[in-house]
Amino acid sequence: MLVYLIRRIAQAMLVIAVMATLVFFAVYAIGNPIDVLASPQADQIELAAISQRLGLDRPLWEQFGIFVGNALRGDLGTSFVYAEPAAKLILQRLPATFELAFTALAIAVFLGIPLGVYAGLNPDSLGGRAVMGGSILGFSLPNFWQGLMLILVFAVILGWLPAGGRGQTATFLGIESALFTLDGLKHLILPALNLALFKMALVIRLARAGTREVALQDYVRFARAKGLSRSRIVGVHILKNILIPVVTILGLELGSMIAFAVVTETVFSYPGMGKLLIDSIGRLDRPIVVAYLMLTVVIFVVINLVVDIIYAAIDPRVRLSEVKG
Amino acid sequence: MTDTAAPANAALSAPPPVLDAGEALWKRHALNFLKSPAAVIGLVILTVMIVLALAAPWITPQNPYDLAQLDILDGTLAPGSKNATYGYTYWLGTDDQGRDMLSGIIYGLRISLTVGVVATLIALTIGTSLGVAAAYAGGRFDTILMRIVDLQLSFPGILVALVLLAAFGRGIDKVIVSLVIVQWAYYARTVRGSALVERRREYIEAARCLALPRSRVIFKHLLPNCLPPLIVVATVQVAHAIALEATLSFLGVGVPVTEPSLGMLIAKGYHYLLSGKYWIATFPGIALVIAIIAINLVGDRLRDVLNPRLSH
Repeated sequence: MLVYLIRRIAQAMLVIAVMATLVFFAVYAIGNPIDVLASPQADQIELAAISQRLGLDRPLWEQFGIFVGNALRGDLGTSFVYAEPAAKLILQRLPATFELAFTALAIAVFLGIPLGVYAGLNPDSLGGRAVMGGSILGFSLPNFWQGLMLILVFAVILGWLPAGGRGQTATFLGIESALFTLDGLKHLILPALNLALFKMALVIRLARAGTREVALQDYVRFARAKGLSRSRIVGVHILKNILIPVVTILGLELGSMIAFAVVTETVFSYPGMGKLLIDSIGRLDRPIVVAYLMLTVVIFVVINLVVDIIYAAIDPRVRLSEVKG
Repeated sequence: MTDTAAPANAALSAPPPVLDAGEALWKRHALNFLKSPAAVIGLVILTVMIVLALAAPWITPQNPYDLAQLDILDGTLAPGSKNATYGYTYWLGTDDQGRDMLSGIIYGLRISLTVGVVATLIALTIGTSLGVAAAYAGGRFDTILMRIVDLQLSFPGILVALVLLAAFGRGIDKVIVSLVIVQWAYYARTVRGSALVERRREYIEAARCLALPRSRVIFKHLLPNCLPPLIVVATVQVAHAIALEATLSFLGVGVPVTEPSLGMLIAKGYHYLLSGKYWIATFPGIALVIAIIAINLVGDRLRDVLNPRLSH
């Protein structure tokens, strides 16, 4: 197990290093930020002063060396626009994005599993078919379009919920979150639902396929023969057995939710990391783009690593084949 | 996704298609395809959309990008309003610059479909070549290629494309390149999977025993037998590519303002949505959604027809 662990961690570090290099060179190929930052009236001397202050006058490989050295110390550069550390700016917005992602995850699980189980138990009923049809739409329609339609229906036509922004936050048990105020919750519902729809479609499919398979097993038949109530069979015997694949997939999908939050946050003008990324790309604020990507890569690699290690802990075949190969 | 994993073993027991003398395989597939009404509707809609997109310059009431034909006074007119000068009707309203939305949508469809199809074809070619080569060559090349595929597929496509476009800048060609980079890995993995199975079949052994050149074995014997699953994946990926392009353009990193795809039209209308001028964003969106659903209907049916073992 220890050998496997060391191998996997070394691999993860390698991935982070490769991605850091790729990201740095890709992002620093974007046009010259001085054109955007300096006033159009600035003369040559002023331009040179600005580019010296931002370190843009040095050769690319030297900039890369500085970037790597600083990154190892946790310093991911200073934003051109805000003149504040990029990592700090992103971390400030992290709670808003996590709040959104976890609420969306909760919606996907607590709506998706019951709907999927229902569709699995009644595959040929009208309701079951409607659920499956809805999940295909959730899968195939672009996320931003679903968001726009949510705004059009619930904010513009019905006027029930606000169309964008993050509501008031409150501090509870030392955590500042919009989940603790009514205003915050109101602002959170639409974006979270938007982000949840795609994953919900996935959960519905998994839960439906699992239910159809499990419902035919002998132990379910036996439970029925014993005269257990339908709710107990579904709630205990079926539900427990379909949860394993659902939980595995959702663990992996958490990372992609943070990536898709970029789209949702832009649609709903929600002040999270993703909105910051899109704004920074538009303003050529490279340090923020690089810092965001590095942070996301680390989040992804850590999630994958944790899932792999849990797998190896549960299933000895995985770690044995890895060591041999 | 998960449905496909379980019945993989059933492939062995599925009987090979028996053809009568003189019956072409594609004919049987075509007839089979037409048995599903949903797929036929999808195909008809798709054909109509392609024809509209191709014929755009001749059928639209207005060339939406010829500034001489635009009248700023006709800006943000509701659907059904009339053009003051020429008297034609804006069936779907106008945008802020007095552009006829119907004409804009047909031209936008043109760009969206082109980007989706071209990107998919290039990615298909690159991914297939690499995948077949990996399966045939095996060894280190195979290992390294599949590691790259795994690495790439572990990051969401939207994020990869976003980074690439942030680096490249806007442009139709750049969007296509990004989509190709995002998508090739799917094809490489799909084709490698089926090529590994086909490689061990007797006809490949026979071809090798005849001492045919390696390229001939790969392209004439191995590749055609790996095509069915690829066609299915490629059809669905066209829809993905169109959706991804629309998303990127909506985020402001995709196509330039001068060549608006459907996603760009939606992005421009987004600001008017809140003030109740729903048509600017909604109608391009509906066109986008119809195109994506039509492609998915066709793709689903193709999967059932070409790959009976995958249906359930």
